[in-house]
Amino acid sequence: MAKTVEGLYYSESHEWVKVEGDVAVIGITDYAQHSMGDLSYVDMPEVDDELAAGDEFGAVESVKAASDLYSPVSGTVIEVNEELEDAPELLNEDAFANWIIKVKMTDQSELEGLMDAAAYEAMCAEA
Amino acid sequence: MEENLLKTCLYDKHVALGALMSPFGGFIMPIQYTNITDEHNAVRKAAGMFDVSHMGEIFVSGPDAEKFVNHIFSNNISGIPEGKILYGMMLYPNGTVVDDLLVYKEFQSDHFLLVVNASNIAKDYEWICAQKEGYDVEVVNASDSWGEIALQGPLAEKFAVETLGLEPAAALGFYTYYEAEWKGERMVVSRTGYTGEDGFEIYCSHAAVNEIWDILLAAGVVPCGLGCRDTLRFEAGLPLYGHELSDEITPLEAGLGMFVKVKDKEEFIGRDAIAAQKEAGLSRKIVGIELQDKAIPRAGYPVEIEGQQVGVVTTGYRSISTDRSVCVAMVDKAYTELGTQVEIRIRKKVFPGIVCKKRFYETNYKK
Repeated sequence: MAKTVEGLYYSESHEWVKVEGDVAVIGITDYAQHSMGDLSYVDMPEVDDELAAGDEFGAVESVKAASDLYSPVSGTVIEVNEELEDAPELLNEDAFANWIIKVKMTDQSELEGLMDAAAYEAMCAEA
Repeated sequence: MEENLLKTCLYDKHVALGALMSPFGGFIMPIQYTNITDEHNAVRKAAGMFDVSHMGEIFVSGPDAEKFVNHIFSNNISGIPEGKILYGMMLYPNGTVVDDLLVYKEFQSDHFLLVVNASNIAKDYEWICAQKEGYDVEVVNASDSWGEIALQGPLAEKFAVETLGLEPAAALGFYTYYEAEWKGERMVVSRTGYTGEDGFEIYCSHAAVNEIWDILLAAGVVPCGLGCRDTLRFEAGLPLYGHELSDEITPLEAGLGMFVKVKDKEEFIGRDAIAAQKEAGLSRKIVGIELQDKAIPRAGYPVEIEGQQVGVVTTGYRSISTDRSVCVAMVDKAYTELGTQVEIRIRKKVFPGIVCKKRFYETNYKK
């Protein structure tokens, strides 16, 4: 059973969001890293890129496949996790301890459209 | 349709081993048992085994068998010794590829075994039968009754000889085979493979395949899925039908002209088209491309120069054995010189790459 963390927001496309003031810290869930298998590359956006909720902002890649990443919120990328450039396996080791990007949100009401841990677990259980 | 997928005779063993199963060539096949990287490395450094029972076996025999196989096959089988195997293609009259295959010259005059791709068995059999008018031959599609295991890697010979008791395998040269027996049943053992390493392909009954699989597994041979079969063959520069070869690609464009004997053979299906293409020159060709970046080029991604598409990736990976991002791509002839700088579009970005040889890993075949 893939783990979840309480107090985060979850998207249908398996990203998590941790809110720090007006900044959304975004990563992929344990369920996502587990279903991808060993990751060999994380494609990330540039700082200052503008994202609308639902925009593709990069991808995580295993040997076999690339899986697109989608931003759960609108805003501006203020930081990318450069550690993942050389160590994508950190996401396999602990998907919740290793964020991918930080976005300065323009519309915090978008968070209301996301799931909490229990709802996300229920969605994964159905898949 | 999931329910229409075929199962190989080892299906239950794959499921019991916890393999990730996925459709391939009309079959439900193991993609990986643990992970692709570990299985890939097992074949490069020790020994791995693949269930390749989905491959097709078509037997051609009769007084005109040699003449007929030479008519439908791009390589030249005239006078090859018994036990010899040749790689080549069956071509359409326009020079594109029906399938790539191995032809085994059996130890019986006028008998040949054709080993074809799983996804093309029905098409190939139909194609072969449609060409045999005027030839005194019998064509039998025996794919359903034969199983096959590929035992690959530097320790393959040791396991074949010491674990399976196939002593004569040690003396086999590359691309030759011998007739063995497993409990009184026919078994074909060839020094062939699709990984760039030394190894054997063992063809036998479903019951024998199941026994051999269990014996090799117990002896420590690593079960390997189609995931690493693809990364291994890719690094070794070997084509996959549907990617580097197809009914829209000729062998010359795929860089496989050495298997099309336009000079040695006066007649075979597709010969005139290939001769004409040689004369006229190619308009596009498969090349290798290495990226400087870690981004991974994958099949279907565009190859560009200054924003203009000049080609398309046919297979690409972060190469496990070389830890480089590399691909093979079909590219307009003007940009196929080694060292040419190109770009590959990966999602929203373009990454610089350099045209290189399409073999990324030094193969370790036994001569």
